[in-house]
Amino acid sequence: MTATLDREIPAPSVSTVPEEPPAKRGITRDQVMELGAPVLSAFAIVFLVFHLTEWNAPLGFAACWFLGFVTIYGILVRQRHGAVIAKDKLATVTILAAAAVALIPLFLIFFFVLTKGFQALRAAFPHFLTHDMRGVTPTDPVRSAGMKHAIIGSLEQVGLATIVTVPIGVLAATYLNEVGGRFAAVVRTIADSMTGLPTIIAGLFVYSFWVKPRHTNGASGFAAAMALAIIMLPTIVRSSEEVLRIVSNNLREAALALGAPEWRMVLKVVLPTARAGLVTASILGVARAVGETAPVLLTAFGTSDTNWNPFKGVQSDLPIQIYQLIKLDLDHPVAEAWGAALLLVFIVLTLFTLARILSSLGPGGK
Amino acid sequence: VLIAIGAIVIFLLSQSGPAWAHQGLRLITTQSWAPRSAKPSFGFLGPLVGSAFIAVIALVFALPIALATALAINEYVPRRASRALTALVDLLAAVPSIVFGLWGLFYLDPHLRSSMRWLGNHASFFPPFRLVGTNLGNSLFVAGLVVGIMVLPIVASISREVMSQVPRDQCEAALGLGGTRWGMITSVILPFARNGIVGAAMLGLGRAMGETIAVSIILIGDNRINTHILQPGGGSISALIVSEFRGSGTLEQSALTVAGLTLFAITLAVNLIARAIVARGSNGSR
Repeated sequence: MTATLDREIPAPSVSTVPEEPPAKRGITRDQVMELGAPVLSAFAIVFLVFHLTEWNAPLGFAACWFLGFVTIYGILVRQRHGAVIAKDKLATVTILAAAAVALIPLFLIFFFVLTKGFQALRAAFPHFLTHDMRGVTPTDPVRSAGMKHAIIGSLEQVGLATIVTVPIGVLAATYLNEVGGRFAAVVRTIADSMTGLPTIIAGLFVYSFWVKPRHTNGASGFAAAMALAIIMLPTIVRSSEEVLRIVSNNLREAALALGAPEWRMVLKVVLPTARAGLVTASILGVARAVGETAPVLLTAFGTSDTNWNPFKGVQSDLPIQIYQLIKLDLDHPVAEAWGAALLLVFIVLTLFTLARILSSLGPGGK
Repeated sequence: VLIAIGAIVIFLLSQSGPAWAHQGLRLITTQSWAPRSAKPSFGFLGPLVGSAFIAVIALVFALPIALATALAINEYVPRRASRALTALVDLLAAVPSIVFGLWGLFYLDPHLRSSMRWLGNHASFFPPFRLVGTNLGNSLFVAGLVVGIMVLPIVASISREVMSQVPRDQCEAALGLGGTRWGMITSVILPFARNGIVGAAMLGLGRAMGETIAVSIILIGDNRINTHILQPGGGSISALIVSEFRGSGTLEQSALTVAGLTLFAITLAVNLIARAIVARGSNGSR
């Protein structure tokens, strides 16, 4: 829309260069040259400088290349089109480049987690999923490692946290949206700022109020689940509220007009309509909790044994296990950590994809 | 929710009593962290400054790129591509922080060392880049960079939302008067979205200050103030808590709780102010 508008408008400050006929669609050869020439010439100059001075700095090279490109391109388009258009073109190039830069870490991370993680998984498959780390020393080969205890821990802790937070979260969101009022505004503000709270605080809190008073029995999967619940709750409340807000007011009024009391209206009309969206909100909350490390470290402590009972005794989970392996800082544990990271990313990605699919089915999806 | 937050504050306050009695305000104003000495002292000024450094470095990287991403999604790329871009940015937000830490420590840090040496040798006119000795890596710079990548999606998505609330007819009016797209952005979108962008940046700041695991993996846990950001050293509050908490005595735990409470207060204040600014901006007060 804006792009076509942009093209049909003649340049406001016409330079001495004769105007070419406006390009219709696609990219002309002239445009390719205009972009390509500065890219190449900047590369040549910066490469020469770096080569002659024997500097070795990939990041510095990229930065200098980009700066050189912007300078040359700027001079070029200024000569050809005048200052106003030149500014616009420079901005376009810079913005698109920066947006591309934003994606680089994403691809790098996924690439490394996939390649390194698969190495560990392949070396110890299916052992990696069916055994725990009992008796495995840091010098043992990756082959002998297993993540069963961590997977069990992650599932149980997050599962418990989900059971507690989803009903409370949805109820609170319903309250915020359907009842409202001054108090609701206060709750909303606080829930909002709690979503940005350092997660370690949740761990500290559960430690001081649950783990510490119980001495040796305190640390458990359940304590970790409480910490995770504190982290998940505000996220779920806020995103559920967004979903509920989308539910059409006509539906609400129709239900009320038919004589339904307000609680029936909410229960039978609003919540079912928003079901898909609410599920999405919950899944996103779960996805966030699965990856949390700091709070569970203070509340479940971690262990290398399999502990099925989340209510008694220390328990591990995937993030704790990764953290402990990294801290050993030896080759084999780090390889195992990549393997565990792959499992974790896989879980998060699955949840995330599920949430996307469900949200495209829901009322707010379109 | 209210009960939860009230309980958090009360319990943390009750925990922090012993350390407070032990040292009082010197907890925050001194930087000697020596829990195991005969006369233990728990000054966490160092990590506090470290947290601030990390947050600032993170924002220096994240803010321009996040704004550009938001603009690209809203104004520049075609619709299908912008939807894909949004999904990818959201995906970046979903990556667990421990995975960021793993990647930062074993990939980013080694690959950045030569660049950091170059920066130290040729940009030392900027004091923080000055090098003392030859050690590199495990630095506040790398930690800040990783945290910057982590807050990028948050800042990007909030500023995108704010920018998309700019009335479309005003944008089209700017274009219709013969302005370029960049002219439209500077004269219509940015002024309109200014409050929202400031708020988004502050939310990112709060996130960056509280980030724990990635930072504690990358830094090596030194609790003095370190102004040479390319070199090892420096800490952050949350990293301090996570690495020291287990196996520490009652007094030290109490001191760590005070540290946590300080962080809590700072981030809560930053978040509340940021939300207020965002809310005012999106009401279309201009």
